[in-house]
Amino acid sequence: MRDTIIAILLGGGTFFAVVAAIGVVRFPDLYMRLSATTKASTLGASLILGGVALFFDDAAVTGKIAAIIVFIVLTAPVAAHMLGRAAYFSGVPLWKESVRDDLGASGEWCKREEEGGGTEG
Amino acid sequence: MTPFLSNILLALAWVALTGTYTAGGFFTGAVVGFLVLWIARRGRGTTGYLSKIQAVAGFILFFVRELVLANLRVAHDILTPRHHMTPGIVAVPLDVESDLEITVLATIITLTPGTLSLHVADDRRTLYVHSMYIDDPEALVRGIKEGFERRVREVFR
Repeated sequence: MRDTIIAILLGGGTFFAVVAAIGVVRFPDLYMRLSATTKASTLGASLILGGVALFFDDAAVTGKIAAIIVFIVLTAPVAAHMLGRAAYFSGVPLWKESVRDDLGASGEWCKREEEGGGTEG
Repeated sequence: MTPFLSNILLALAWVALTGTYTAGGFFTGAVVGFLVLWIARRGRGTTGYLSKIQAVAGFILFFVRELVLANLRVAHDILTPRHHMTPGIVAVPLDVESDLEITVLATIITLTPGTLSLHVADDRRTLYVHSMYIDDPEALVRGIKEGFERRVREVFR
């Protein structure tokens, strides 16, 4: 029973990690590639680590793994957000079949251009 | 005595009485203690602590479910030969005001596959979200506001 759960966790984690890697190659623009990698790899790494915690069944290992998962969940989206924001304000185009761009329409981008085009912060 | 302190004391009592001096034993005691407090205080007006724990637990469950479902949707798109996405950037009007709430909301939107928060407007009234699936922009905005934002507000208020 326990081995089965560990196998499911490890298998599922590997599946999402592989899918993220394929997504980086297959998706057409930077924003979707960021979307694919951040989340799928967060979920994949968390599942694999969960399986490892269950395998060792030791308070010291489990504590460390809980801390690692918390730090991954805290940091991965911040990195994705900053990369996506910097890319947008540097003029990386959206995919040609994108249906909507409220950020471009809002004029926030032009405001930044007048200030000197910087991506401050 | 505050509910939080009662909960800790009940958990310690559980550990002492069952003799399970481990983190798992303490956790079990904390859960049982919470249930006891919940039953004892029910009907006498929910205290802040109890309803907050409920909001946090509901939030985590909701988030994990969203994370898995949305990951499967993106996985389907990656593994099938044709692209089904209709990507774009949508402006989401913000009701939450504090820095912490905006940060948590943006982080959670980014962690949900298919959506990526790109930018917060200078007046902090709008969050710009890149989404891979904009079939109906109003439905997407409503989903974010009623799903994520409402729960973020419940947790922080």
